[in-house]
Amino acid sequence: MRTSTGLPIVEELRERIQRLEGAAARRRTVLPFGIKAIDRHLPGGGLALGALHEVAGGGNGAINGAAAALFAAGIAARAGGKVLWCITRPDLFAPALAQAGLVPDRVIYVEAGDEKAVLACFEEGLRHGGLGAVVAEAARLSMTASRRLQLAAESSGAIGIAIRRWRRHTEAADFGQPTASVTRWRVSALPATQLPVPGVGRARWQLELIRCRAGESADFEVEACDAKGRLALPAELVHGPGQREIGRRRAAH
Amino acid sequence: MGGAAPPTEAPLVLVGCEGRRRVVLAADAAARRAGLRVGMPAAKAQALVPGLIVRDAEPAADAEALDQLALWALRRYAPVAAADPPDGLVIDTTGAAHLHGGEDAMLQGMVERLAASGIATRAALADSWGAAHAFARYGARPAVVIPAEESEKAILDLPIAALRLPKNMVEDLSVLGFERIGELAAKPRAPLALRFGPELGRRLDQAMGRLSEPIDPVRQPDLIEAQCVFAEPIGAAETIARTTSKLVTQLCEMLETKGLGARRLDLLFHRVDNRIEAICIGTALPVRDAKRLTRLLCDKFEAIDPGFGIEIMRLAATLAEPLAQKQTISSLIEEPEAGVSGLIDTLANRVGEQHLYRFAPVASDVPERSVQKIAPAAPDTGETWPDPWPDPWPRPSRLLPAPEPIETVALLPDHPPVSFTWRGMRRRVKCADGPERVFGEWWKRDAELSAVRDYFRIEDEAGERFWIYRAGDGEDAATGSHRWFLHGIFG
Repeated sequence: MRTSTGLPIVEELRERIQRLEGAAARRRTVLPFGIKAIDRHLPGGGLALGALHEVAGGGNGAINGAAAALFAAGIAARAGGKVLWCITRPDLFAPALAQAGLVPDRVIYVEAGDEKAVLACFEEGLRHGGLGAVVAEAARLSMTASRRLQLAAESSGAIGIAIRRWRRHTEAADFGQPTASVTRWRVSALPATQLPVPGVGRARWQLELIRCRAGESADFEVEACDAKGRLALPAELVHGPGQREIGRRRAAH
Repeated sequence: MGGAAPPTEAPLVLVGCEGRRRVVLAADAAARRAGLRVGMPAAKAQALVPGLIVRDAEPAADAEALDQLALWALRRYAPVAAADPPDGLVIDTTGAAHLHGGEDAMLQGMVERLAASGIATRAALADSWGAAHAFARYGARPAVVIPAEESEKAILDLPIAALRLPKNMVEDLSVLGFERIGELAAKPRAPLALRFGPELGRRLDQAMGRLSEPIDPVRQPDLIEAQCVFAEPIGAAETIARTTSKLVTQLCEMLETKGLGARRLDLLFHRVDNRIEAICIGTALPVRDAKRLTRLLCDKFEAIDPGFGIEIMRLAATLAEPLAQKQTISSLIEEPEAGVSGLIDTLANRVGEQHLYRFAPVASDVPERSVQKIAPAAPDTGETWPDPWPDPWPRPSRLLPAPEPIETVALLPDHPPVSFTWRGMRRRVKCADGPERVFGEWWKRDAELSAVRDYFRIEDEAGERFWIYRAGDGEDAATGSHRWFLHGIFG
């Protein structure tokens, strides 16, 4: 759970705001990451279901959206149910999503012609109610559009993930604009886990929680999705730096 | 004609009576090569070509067959289709092309499909019936789509014979020196009308799209349809929506008594000015749910121009398939999983059926061939891409549409590059994994017999991971050019 401020008046105000939002009527459920360090920062202890979340890549990832797509795939894989994935550019490689736990039978792709059509399909998917998660790759997301999407997600309980992906770096400044999404993430590629032998280890991401409604922002260094779509904390953070020493010793043998 | 059909290579003509003479009315390609022409006396044709197969023309049977073809087009393509005797079909594809992948794909598919059943066709898509008629018969290519609003200009280059004028009028016009439609259109109308009558101006206007020409669509004999005739013409969107929902309910009742579900619905609006506007929706599975069908139809109302008002609305289930009643799971045990076929239909009618798909694995090592698109409503295959034990080679989440050449500094034959330049940016490689060798599939193309790709997964100093490959094994020039390409980006 989120760290409590301890002040009863703050708690009371929070509850009143929740009641105003209408969340009390619905039992709001969450999808935990299964990593205490991250879940602690999210209200309710995980990503809210029936809400809109935004993910963007950092650096070149803002343009190729490779890490952001995998991050979204991992969440969708754990959310269960069918997944609708709205795209404008057909460069997504399905075997990679399958390696993040999202099997091909579960994903339906919609190739919409333009930004407007992507958002329309996104909303349609969120309203439907039979889907576990809806993912859309969009460059622009206005306040009005995101509000509509958030309401659509609330009505059905599906998790909505907007992968923000732009055509050039200058447009990526758009990510600072306010939207109605519940959380906003930035995923940037970090050098992979070092192996004691030549090769590329498990991918690592710098995961920034830039904005979180009723929560505080935070940074994490995580290992990328495994075959079930779960993130992990790097071993040296969990066990301390000793682990690397063991690896080196093993390699020497 | 079945078994009685004459061999295709033998010249064949159809003869019939024109006045009191027996003349050739149609000749096939072989007969035309032998020098036979339409309009030639039958006796002369028989004398010219020994072994000529002569059959009597049957105009009534031809017309019937053309009607059958129009019915096929109605079921398959668009709600408004009719025979255009003696040799054509006219289809109003407005609002229906999206179900077949756009206008170009639809026209191409139509020609190919007809060719497969032995009918040589020429097709054209233009703004008006007259223009399409002209381009189909006198255009340069067998299938041509004239962009919207450009028919009027494009038609000026066609010969005047394309205007659907009586034969003698075309001859008279060519005596006067008219060859192209453009020349005719540039002349003042009054003297022409005085000399040739109103027909000439009418045909010219129809071809240019200035004069409307309603198509009287063929009707399926056992069509399930509901219609509503208004006492006063209607035009407001709400009224149209209300009537639609009423019609859909009626239609669904009819479908239910027959045990059918709709796969395609056509909603026709007969306007006061005798034009027919149409919208057309398709579903992935047979549907009888009035609410869902109404919703799909209402999504399309934007495309409708009511003009001065709509007199009749007619809703027809052009394509219906058996749909049995089935019991849903009782909520006592578990909640039935909401199907996604409704969503698939909504989206397919919005973005087009071919833009909605699922990926399925294909047993191929070549990355771009290892996925195939399947229909979104296809049954679950339960398959995924095979994982080589114990640790699968990671695949990039973004695969470039085409591998992009990169400049590298690399040690041959089996080392990854030390650095590479992609899109003008030089990157140093910090660590790499590979090679993963992919062999060409000689059973698909002969040229791939010895082709090899060596894939490497590399990481640059900033931590970005890429999937690159070298064409060739690094030693033998026959296996590839030994140039490097970037194929994908890892997350």
